[in-house]
Amino acid sequence: MTRTERAHRREPFWQGLLPPGLLALLMFLTFASATESGSQPEELLVTMGETGRYGGELVVSLRSEPKTLNPVTSIDSSSREVIAQLTADLIHIDRATQQVTPSLAVSWKVSPDARRYTLQLRRGIRFSDGAAFDADDVIFSFQAYLNEKSNSPQRDLLIVGGKPIQVKRNGPYSVTFELSQPYASAERLFDSVAILPRHSLENFLHDGRLAQAWTLNTPPDQIAGLGPFRVKQYLPGQRIVLERNPYYWKSDRLGNRLPYLSELTFAFVNNEDAEVLRFQAGETDVLNRIGAENYAVLQQQRDPDLQLKDLGSSLEYNFLLFNLNAQIPSQAKDLQRKQTWFQDVRFRQAISAAIDRNAMVHIIYRGRATPLYTHVTPANRLWLNSDLPRPSRALDRARDLLRSAGFSWRANRSLVDHNSVPVEFSILTSASSSQRTQMATMIQQDLSEVGIRVQVVPLEFNAVLDRVLTSHDYEAAIMGLGTGDVDPNAQMNVWLSSGDDHFWNLGNKQPATAWEAEIDKLMEAQVSAINPAQRKKLYDRVQAIEAEQLPIICLVSPNLLVGSRSRVGNFRPVVLDPHTLWNSSELFLAGEEREDKR
Amino acid sequence: MSLLRRASLPILCLGAAHIASTFAGFVAPYDYGTQDRALPLAPPSRIHFFDQQGRFHSHPFIYQRIEQPGQFLVYQELTDRAYPVRFFAGRSLGETDSSACWHLFSVDAPANISLMGTDSYGRDVFSRLVFASRISLFTGFLATCLSLLGGTVLGALAGFYGGWMDAIIMRLAELFLALPWLYLLFAVRAFLPLHISPAEAFLLVIAVIGIVGWAKPARLVRGVVLSARERRYVLACRSFGASDLYLIRRHILPQTWSVLLTQAALLIPQYILGEVTLSFLGLGIGEPVPSWGSMLASLQQYHILVSAWWMLFPGLVLIPICMSYSRLSEVLQERFAS
Repeated sequence: MTRTERAHRREPFWQGLLPPGLLALLMFLTFASATESGSQPEELLVTMGETGRYGGELVVSLRSEPKTLNPVTSIDSSSREVIAQLTADLIHIDRATQQVTPSLAVSWKVSPDARRYTLQLRRGIRFSDGAAFDADDVIFSFQAYLNEKSNSPQRDLLIVGGKPIQVKRNGPYSVTFELSQPYASAERLFDSVAILPRHSLENFLHDGRLAQAWTLNTPPDQIAGLGPFRVKQYLPGQRIVLERNPYYWKSDRLGNRLPYLSELTFAFVNNEDAEVLRFQAGETDVLNRIGAENYAVLQQQRDPDLQLKDLGSSLEYNFLLFNLNAQIPSQAKDLQRKQTWFQDVRFRQAISAAIDRNAMVHIIYRGRATPLYTHVTPANRLWLNSDLPRPSRALDRARDLLRSAGFSWRANRSLVDHNSVPVEFSILTSASSSQRTQMATMIQQDLSEVGIRVQVVPLEFNAVLDRVLTSHDYEAAIMGLGTGDVDPNAQMNVWLSSGDDHFWNLGNKQPATAWEAEIDKLMEAQVSAINPAQRKKLYDRVQAIEAEQLPIICLVSPNLLVGSRSRVGNFRPVVLDPHTLWNSSELFLAGEEREDKR
Repeated sequence: MSLLRRASLPILCLGAAHIASTFAGFVAPYDYGTQDRALPLAPPSRIHFFDQQGRFHSHPFIYQRIEQPGQFLVYQELTDRAYPVRFFAGRSLGETDSSACWHLFSVDAPANISLMGTDSYGRDVFSRLVFASRISLFTGFLATCLSLLGGTVLGALAGFYGGWMDAIIMRLAELFLALPWLYLLFAVRAFLPLHISPAEAFLLVIAVIGIVGWAKPARLVRGVVLSARERRYVLACRSFGASDLYLIRRHILPQTWSVLLTQAALLIPQYILGEVTLSFLGLGIGEPVPSWGSMLASLQQYHILVSAWWMLFPGLVLIPICMSYSRLSEVLQERFAS
């Protein structure tokens, strides 16, 4: 699934788009500067990027309209992308270094048993409406996320070991979080949990109407956050305009308060081709992510006004999965028979061996992708198990495996099982993703060479999701997933046999196979293991089991391709979401007139 | 005579197209499904008569093409060996089509002759175009037969018997005419099962297009039958005790031939376009079996539209086909009017 496609899915809160963070290769230092407002000295965070100019409007395209501006209830990626510009979190994952870094919390201490986190908050800073920020806002925010009536997708993830995280106030600028059990890299949980203004949302929470607060129709002056921008105007079907937050808590090296941009506009453009055309026409300034073909088209133009960047492998992984669900529609007799093939690991290994991943990289992505053998892509440098083999296509091995699994070939070279039933199945793909449809067509050809007939069925994306997640009425499908974080905890939903995204066999109380039971054990062990080396070892083993058992047959990971106009300064895209706007407060437009500075 | 001469060009054109599609395995140098993954989106092959030294060869030849190292989709010719174009040569075929082993023209592997370039999987566009004409031309033809058959039967019944039968059939026809047929096709196709083989899909498309289109010929046939049944010789025949069936078969239906033929020449191109539209939108016959519509569908992608002009060939082929049919219908109309 691409970002747009993931929009309708429930995803862990660290996925999707997150607030802008600090700069990569920079050092952080805080300094206290007495300001004209408030008794507390204001602790600004100093960033080390290139010093920019004030003013100007940056236009970015957004694949679909945001559904809400409420950080508590937002699920779809478009809403989260906009909300990320309006809000801030306590501890942030630096998008460039992939490590945690101070945000609204200036510093934190972890107790020896890794269950208690004490955070010191940034002093003297203000929400975008001018109201002061303190520990009460933090307490309120976690109450809001954990309240059952608010229906927050974040709620599940703030419940560790069956109990909600406890928040205590130690003083106006200090809070303590208590977890019921040790949780590896719990700091990462705080990323993208937006801190809410108690003064404007308390009544909503009190009346149990928090889920209805901050819609797109809420007047902009009633929405306040700690992000670099605040809402200025929303035009349904066209765009949402954000303006500079004059109270933002970061400054550049010279002490100029960020952000530089006067306005940040999200224009709604509903498909990639239209997005590229608008970019070419100069109507938008940044392309957040495009496909290899369109990248090549833009590259051919050699326009000096455009800067295009290939960041290498992304965190997205595309995979073929077979329906191994225990619960399948009763009328699907055919499927029951085919599941006996799918459940045989040798069959899955043979399919994997027969697929030509390098040709996919070449033909679909023009070389701008990486063949995959497990779900961890090379972009995830910290966690990739690099000892696993990367076998290239081997038709002989595929035939051997099929033969050993009891399959044979007829005179016309079609494959039959031990009951002489011809082996054929259909692959569902999302019609809106031309890349995945192309993968299916190439697999069709690849498998025809071992005598397997494949039908490609492109369906509307939600129909594919419905069949895979709900009705289980499919034989095989090609899907893609992108993760917002590199940490293995972000993958819990997929790999735990009880997880919501355990696509190949959903709704299980017990692991269906011994190797799934082992993965369950490993994943749970790595969550509570504190030592990073120990976690790496456990996660390496998960990847080794995956490569052996192939519950999903990973295919390719496309490179992350982005672009912007050359005049956009401090443009430093990264593989983590949001690829281009993570440092929006530092972006500036070169050559624009300097406006009054605050 | 002059009418025949005026019809000769369209007849020649359509004849050639139908013969090519019938003998697609012979005319096309490759199978429609064969992917040459070293040559995705390659432009049309250059056919040479002059070699590197500038010498003329009476026998055309081509060079093998490879992708330039480090660059994608940029091809260069390897001029150290020439591959002559062989005419009427026997050659082993891809696995999916064993019906033909003789080809109008071909070259030895590893060179690849693609008169109209290759698509994004490295499949030869010319071969696919020829194989696709089977689907696209015959869908038009068969769907027309189906709707003319339905139209004739219902139109004849309505016109001959009149009264309540006429009223019902004609109101129904008006209903069908008023329906936005493209959306109706979408709706009908959407109700059909997803997992169907290409042959079933082919029949379904024919049935859907044909059944939706019965109303127009039915109204025309009804008009002709209405006037024919009042003719004196028909009345005379009836007074001699001829049965309804005999009258319709012997005296009335022959009157409708001219209308039906003209109508056929009008409907076929319309239905070819109908199939192209359905396939273009992904509702026709699935991969890897080609149809002109599904071949054109790749042009929905911006990068193909701007960088692979040869993918437009299926659209270009539609122009002479549709023009020929429309010319043919004009000539037929004049012929029957005189």
